[in-house]
Amino acid sequence: MKLEVGNIHVKELAFGNESALSGHRVEIDKEALTGFIREIDHRITEVKLDIALPGEATRIMPVKDVIEPRVKVEGKGSIFPGRNAGENDIVGEGRTHVLKGMTVMTTGKVVGFQEGIIDMSGPGAEYTPFSSTLNLVITCEVDEACNQYDHEQILRTVGLETARKVGELAKTATADETKTYETLPTLQQAAQYPDLPKVGYVYMLQSQGLLHDTYLYGVDVKNIVPTILYPTEVMDGAIFSGNCVSACDKNPSLVHQNSPVIHELYEQHGKKYNFMGVIVTNENVTLADKERSSNWVAKLAVQQGWDAAVVSEEGFGNPDADLVMNCNKLEAAGIKTVLLTDEYAGNQGESQSLADSTPKGDAVISNGNANMIISLPAMERLIGHDTYVDMIAGGTEGSLRADGSISIEIQAITGATNELGFHNLTARQG
Amino acid sequence: MPVVHIATVVPISITVGANRIVPAIAIPHPLGDPKMDKVEEKLVRREMVVKALNTLTTEISEQTVF
Amino acid sequence: MRILHYINQFFGQKGGEEAANHPIELVEGPVGPGGALNNLLGDKAEIVNTIICGDSYFNENEGVAVMGIKEIIEQVKPDLIVAGPAFNAGRYGVACGRVGKLAAEMGITCISGMYPENPGYDLYKQTAYMVETKNSAADMRKALPNMAALISAFIEKEGKLGMPAEDGYMPRDLRVNMFAEKRGAARAVDMLIAKLAGEEFTTEYPMPVFDNVAPFAALKSLKDAKIALVTSGGVVPKGNPDHIESSSAQKYGEYSIEGIFDLTEETHETAHGGYDPVKCNENSDVVLPVDVLRDLEKEGVIGSLHNMFYTTVGNGTSVSNSKKFGAEIAQKLLDAGVSAAILTST
Repeated sequence: MKLEVGNIHVKELAFGNESALSGHRVEIDKEALTGFIREIDHRITEVKLDIALPGEATRIMPVKDVIEPRVKVEGKGSIFPGRNAGENDIVGEGRTHVLKGMTVMTTGKVVGFQEGIIDMSGPGAEYTPFSSTLNLVITCEVDEACNQYDHEQILRTVGLETARKVGELAKTATADETKTYETLPTLQQAAQYPDLPKVGYVYMLQSQGLLHDTYLYGVDVKNIVPTILYPTEVMDGAIFSGNCVSACDKNPSLVHQNSPVIHELYEQHGKKYNFMGVIVTNENVTLADKERSSNWVAKLAVQQGWDAAVVSEEGFGNPDADLVMNCNKLEAAGIKTVLLTDEYAGNQGESQSLADSTPKGDAVISNGNANMIISLPAMERLIGHDTYVDMIAGGTEGSLRADGSISIEIQAITGATNELGFHNLTARQG
Repeated sequence: MPVVHIATVVPISITVGANRIVPAIAIPHPLGDPKMDKVEEKLVRREMVVKALNTLTTEISEQTVF
Repeated sequence: MRILHYINQFFGQKGGEEAANHPIELVEGPVGPGGALNNLLGDKAEIVNTIICGDSYFNENEGVAVMGIKEIIEQVKPDLIVAGPAFNAGRYGVACGRVGKLAAEMGITCISGMYPENPGYDLYKQTAYMVETKNSAADMRKALPNMAALISAFIEKEGKLGMPAEDGYMPRDLRVNMFAEKRGAARAVDMLIAKLAGEEFTTEYPMPVFDNVAPFAALKSLKDAKIALVTSGGVVPKGNPDHIESSSAQKYGEYSIEGIFDLTEETHETAHGGYDPVKCNENSDVVLPVDVLRDLEKEGVIGSLHNMFYTTVGNGTSVSNSKKFGAEIAQKLLDAGVSAAILTST
């Protein structure tokens, strides 16, 4: 499977009379796009669009998802496949255009313990990768008759559909740069570099229920057994997010679209190793599911002939047990592992960081201690609602001060300790 | 004071050092199952609690999953 | 920068062991090693006051000593506290460490110096920056310049010291956040290449080892036992009256279930942000089985259900907070004459 990804670098984002891409400038017809969003679901009661740019004294919260506008230019299928009838083609082949440097973000009233703070400037900006992107922010409210599951689903759909709509602006554009990614069918891929060690990626996805769910081709991954993907499928949106609680280490859809381990593994593919493919797995809420899924991960990795694997976790707590099971079972099958996680070491970093442990986990990448407290100054502009600060994950009573400033764990900042290794934060023994 | 840990993810319970462990149903509802009707669910919960209570009168010399 | 210096009776020139009961004394300016340290710091900082305290006095009256020193800190309002160096003097090292902990609680940094085997290091390494010294005061000539260098770094970096090796202090056994040059995914692939090639690599997180305790003796019978319920599943009275955090709990709750035979949607809910709360919010008995325990109490299977339950949120809560909550809850249960506890987790 071969995919060309053409990036169009977006350097300006503004509202205008007509939605259009001209050069490096994206203009959005606010009224038309608002109308488009309202049509997505009859239970939507309010839609507001804002633009948040790097360096502004702007705070966006609670952020639900961050999505990158992409469009299929050649090849089958559509971005974020599998949700609608007639959109079930396999993706990951042909050519895809990306509006690089801009995002679509969703916010609105709290769905559960929903969070995600993004500051476009100040000390918090350093901790989120989305303070340096041009963000089109949708504040979307729904009918109070909606239950929490409906509410989540509506916001999720609004984000994905809007990003797709905006992505269409790039369909006929000329890309500033094009990168080609290719993974062959298993037997051919193995034969391409017969002398190199075969490596793969075990992609663990959060699947614990409301605001802790992830979708694969539209399927809630709590209902899958682990399966194999071509890495390029992910670039076309095969995996998308329905989760955001503890925003520091839940993967927004944009992070899946730009899945960092996949991109980094392609860098040395054919040189240092042979990158064979991806196993996607879940992190379910029963022990039987955890045992079954980790057994399947090891089975598939052996079946694919892997010598080594990168394993990334999503979330923390009981998923640490899934990480440990995957590690132990892969190592027992003779497959070397490198694990990616983050830490919950206490406000001062004073305690051990994981809920489960294994001596086999001797190669671990830490994406930072989520319990670290940060002080965020008041901002001139707020998009969304800040009334939930005290109750979101990472917040405590009094987190939101009267002057609008916030004292909170970086746990509440979108992407701060992303466990796919999207960002540069780490923690060390000091 | 003896303590019994009712937990879904038994491996974590073992790692963190619980001594008397009773496996639970699922993380969001360790002592229940939304798929069951209310009467049946309460019966299952009672069985689990009785099992947990019985571990408290059982001598053990090492970490034990009941 | 204004420095408050803590030293013991010996370095405070009050005498040796015979003066070890010397109570807290506050003097102006530097004393003993403080003079040399002041000279080394030049214009950058000044020791404005010195606390002299006997080692026995401090250790035998820790509560009083800490309270007295706290008052002095509030009065002097130093920018930095320096304690020692204590070399391998055990009581002195412990006092320096405890002063460091007090300073940390008050939001002030403490820089000390001692021998790595001094018990003050192991006890208090997480709350002070400690320079490594040799085991006797003969090392003063090297210890003071090392401490001065760390103080200078503290001033130059505006309080944001680098890693132990970089700025010259002993490891604090803390997980410290920093921004790496390469992103996590790139570091993971580098580590994979090294592991495949059998080359050396350093894990960024050594896997933890947890404490174990011996199993407690079993109850003789349930019929006269008082059973308590404890949970990390976040079950709280509706409205979460104590505002227990949805993640990284800073507290636990203690709530009465006297006269309650069933937890319902109207009475209880979960504060936990780490799992789908819908089921628990409908019927919290699925996390905290009050209903069946009340039945078993009525039927005489158990003596009684303790009328208080204890609850916190396990989601993202550090082991250090959990240990603290656990110790307090256990003590309360013992004080209430509870025979055994059922702990439920989500």
